[in-house]
Amino acid sequence: MAISDINPAGFVRGPASDEIFEALPPSPRELMRRRARSHGGLIFGGGFVLLVVALAILTPWIAPYDPYNQDLSARLIDPIWGAKGSWAHLLGTDALGRDFLSRLMYGARVSLTISACASLISAIVGATLGIVGGYFGGRIDGFVSYLINVKLSLPPLLVSLSLVSVVGGSVTALIFIIGFLTWDRYAVVTRSVSMQLRNQEFIAAAQAVGASHTRILLTELLPNVMNQIIVIASLEMAVVILIESVLSFLGLGVQPPTPSWGLLVAEGRSFMFFKPYLIVIPGLTIFLMVIAINLAGDGLRDVLSPEGRN
Amino acid sequence: MTITQVRDTSVQPNGGSGHGAPLLDVRGLTVDIAVPAGTLHAVSDVSFAVNPGETFCIVGESGCGKTITSLAVMRLLPKTARIAAQRILFEGRDLLGLSDKEILGLRGNRLGMIFQDPMTSLNPVFTIGNQLEEVYLRHRNSGRREARERAEFLLEKVGIQSPAMRLGQYPHQLSGGLRQRMMIAMTLMCEPALLIADEPTTALDVTVQAQILQLLKNLQREFRTALILITHDLGIVARMADRVAIMYAGRVVETGTSAEIFAAPQHPYTRGLLACIPVPGSQGKRLGSIPGIVPSLIGENEGCMFRNRCPYAGESCRHGEIALRELSPGRGYRCILEPGHAISEATREPATTASQATVQ
Amino acid sequence: MLRFVLRRLQIALLVAITVSIVGFSLLRASGDIALVLAGENAKPEEVVRISHAYGLDKPLYMQYLDWGAKALSGDLGRSLFTNEPVTGLILDRLPVTIYVAVPALVISLLIAVPLGVLAATRPNTWIDRAALSFAVTGSALPSFWLALMLIYLFGVMLRWLPISGSDSWWHFVMPWITVAIGVIPLQMRLTRTGMLDVLSSDFIRTARAKGLSAASVMFKHALRNAILPVVSVAAVSLGFLLGNSLVVESVFALNGVGMLAYQSILRLDFPVVQSIIVFISFCYIFLTLMSDVINAKLDPRIGLR
Repeated sequence: MAISDINPAGFVRGPASDEIFEALPPSPRELMRRRARSHGGLIFGGGFVLLVVALAILTPWIAPYDPYNQDLSARLIDPIWGAKGSWAHLLGTDALGRDFLSRLMYGARVSLTISACASLISAIVGATLGIVGGYFGGRIDGFVSYLINVKLSLPPLLVSLSLVSVVGGSVTALIFIIGFLTWDRYAVVTRSVSMQLRNQEFIAAAQAVGASHTRILLTELLPNVMNQIIVIASLEMAVVILIESVLSFLGLGVQPPTPSWGLLVAEGRSFMFFKPYLIVIPGLTIFLMVIAINLAGDGLRDVLSPEGRN
Repeated sequence: MTITQVRDTSVQPNGGSGHGAPLLDVRGLTVDIAVPAGTLHAVSDVSFAVNPGETFCIVGESGCGKTITSLAVMRLLPKTARIAAQRILFEGRDLLGLSDKEILGLRGNRLGMIFQDPMTSLNPVFTIGNQLEEVYLRHRNSGRREARERAEFLLEKVGIQSPAMRLGQYPHQLSGGLRQRMMIAMTLMCEPALLIADEPTTALDVTVQAQILQLLKNLQREFRTALILITHDLGIVARMADRVAIMYAGRVVETGTSAEIFAAPQHPYTRGLLACIPVPGSQGKRLGSIPGIVPSLIGENEGCMFRNRCPYAGESCRHGEIALRELSPGRGYRCILEPGHAISEATREPATTASQATVQ
Repeated sequence: MLRFVLRRLQIALLVAITVSIVGFSLLRASGDIALVLAGENAKPEEVVRISHAYGLDKPLYMQYLDWGAKALSGDLGRSLFTNEPVTGLILDRLPVTIYVAVPALVISLLIAVPLGVLAATRPNTWIDRAALSFAVTGSALPSFWLALMLIYLFGVMLRWLPISGSDSWWHFVMPWITVAIGVIPLQMRLTRTGMLDVLSSDFIRTARAKGLSAASVMFKHALRNAILPVVSVAAVSLGFLLGNSLVVESVFALNGVGMLAYQSILRLDFPVVQSIIVFISFCYIFLTLMSDVINAKLDPRIGLR
């Protein structure tokens, strides 16, 4: 090539228009979509969670029986795969002859409602404390971290059991008790993120143009910690399901005859030696649901904030 | 780290200025790293030689492969990296052919390395003394006492007052400049023949930078150590280098002595870089910049990697591997342009025009 | 160092006082104790007499101070149910709880720490994936259900282990497994994360550049740093074990503090419940304080922060 071939006009991008230089990096949203589509855990976990949620919502229309309807002539029927199973009761019946599948489905409604509402409460409480503490720093932050310390020092199970024994085991009471005992993780994470954000330029810029603290907290900080809150909430829902199931199992959660997954295990306990399915099925349901939520939550974290991995 | 040895065809070392065999002779070094998106061709066909006692600068932007090259020489690359080379001869031994045990015996002993960030490169939970003595105890058959004396001697050498007290301190108790002095002292514990310094002053304050560079220069003379200095700062190159390799997108695009590179740069990239240096007294003239972005090194590429940013690029830059034109031993550039094609133009003209073009 | 410890101690004391107030309020929130003490059919004047005798007619903060002063001297009041001193009740049951918690903690650490280190040194290999799957599975198992399944499997079907009671150490094998599986996931994840952080840090590269052997890099330079989060997690998980001892003790019918707490909650025996809550909180505060002090000893940076 002679020097005369040189293209003097090609200064801006150069004359090379071949695709290796042209390929623009994909947008963050597109990257997110790609990560989501190729994330097996998110697809399986999220799919399972959605399926169970859909079933729980549709339960009143699709459940085969009334979960409270006792039929003493049809007590302790085996599930369909058992020796004396019948198509009438796919998962068999419990000691009072109630259809186990229907109880499991209604139990999902109760357990999932508690889990979602309690997580919402704890997210609001925890994130508010964390963001405020992290943003203002100083004495306010000292107070928030002191509250976190106090919260972490109290044994959550004992405290919630005693509170339930005082106020009773209604679903509303459980939601508030569990909600106010699980906010620490939100607070810890949002606090540290807000602390890092506090010193960044866009916050300083907002302060410089005279934005109020409330405005900065709501329009600058909150959107930036929202992803973390969503990720923690998705993981905490699994924790809440476990707490609710323990409380109900111990008799200090959801009160019979209302079904909840933990309560079904407790009810089946007396018969576990000769009708093990009564504890295996609800326990396995809790286990699978918690795994699915955790997989989906880990997946959400990988998709929403991949820098927070490991 | 997988190592493939390409058959050595030429025995002739890639000579420097011709003072016998070079201390380090790297030929045809290629490093591929497996990443989720494919294969990252971090370093492609890099050759250079370092003579005993000289300062050799590897210059380039971040991501151009200069750090990977030095880590390949140290054989410190992670397991996901595949190294291939015709040879990496150090003191007559091929580093790629050494067992893990043999390379461990060289590291810290004959080969020393200083890293960019002195704040994180020292172990926070051990005292300075412990970390210095450790090298000596590892490579010399000596007692603790001797190691401590050696450490105190070197701390004095790197300009640290009351060395005995400093040896008992932990890294977090020292400033960045002091820590980098500690790092230098640590690498000199066993008097290595070759010292690799990877951007040793980038993380430091400007005033401290000059001191550290001067220190490196003095110590290098005193201990007769060869120094590979990796930097993106041409000011440092002008101050320190005997010879220079300019890297771009994983390849060496130009090599030569410091004087040759600064007086008669051949590759358009080198010229662009030189145009970016502000010259005092030349007010009113627009400072150079190189438009465009460095191409991704993931996946297969051919042709000149600089062509998207090069004012002279044409059709023939797109295909095949552009060969390194050797003007004389140790002096070459990787471009299809004839030597001296644009020397007659004012050196900074193409890049200046380019920067105006970006503004338009 | 000393300043750090004193500062930490100050926070711990403040938290401890708050926790005791929370515990105290819980007791008061449970209703009129005088009414409970007097019995359902007591006459109003009887209730007033009891209220006065127990100091329940004083202002709340005075009651708290009385209670606190007594608690400091070891008097935690009496059980409403058996009228025994609460301190004695707790101390009687404590050995069983410790006998469940401490071996379970040791077992879990012996499994979780090596597994976490192994996973961190071989990221994305089958060992790493297996360890992570184990963690995901373990953290999703409701402990009461795991206990029941162990009883069914080893106690009923295989008949290898006794299903309840505390006569020999055989009786504790299933509780140990249950409790250990509950805390291994957290311990393993933290060890793995800590080790990964350390292994990717610059000073490990420096150590390798010094020509140190892989073992020396691993056991001297990496482990000393990676042990810091493990110390904290050990303390936190022991606190967690004590707080959750109730579940495993009630399923396996072990007569420990957890069982006492459970029985007392069911009987609305609040002086006992309150004391146990405060006691376990204090254990937790003490354990985290100890782990901070140990970490400050291991990491010279902490003392100066």
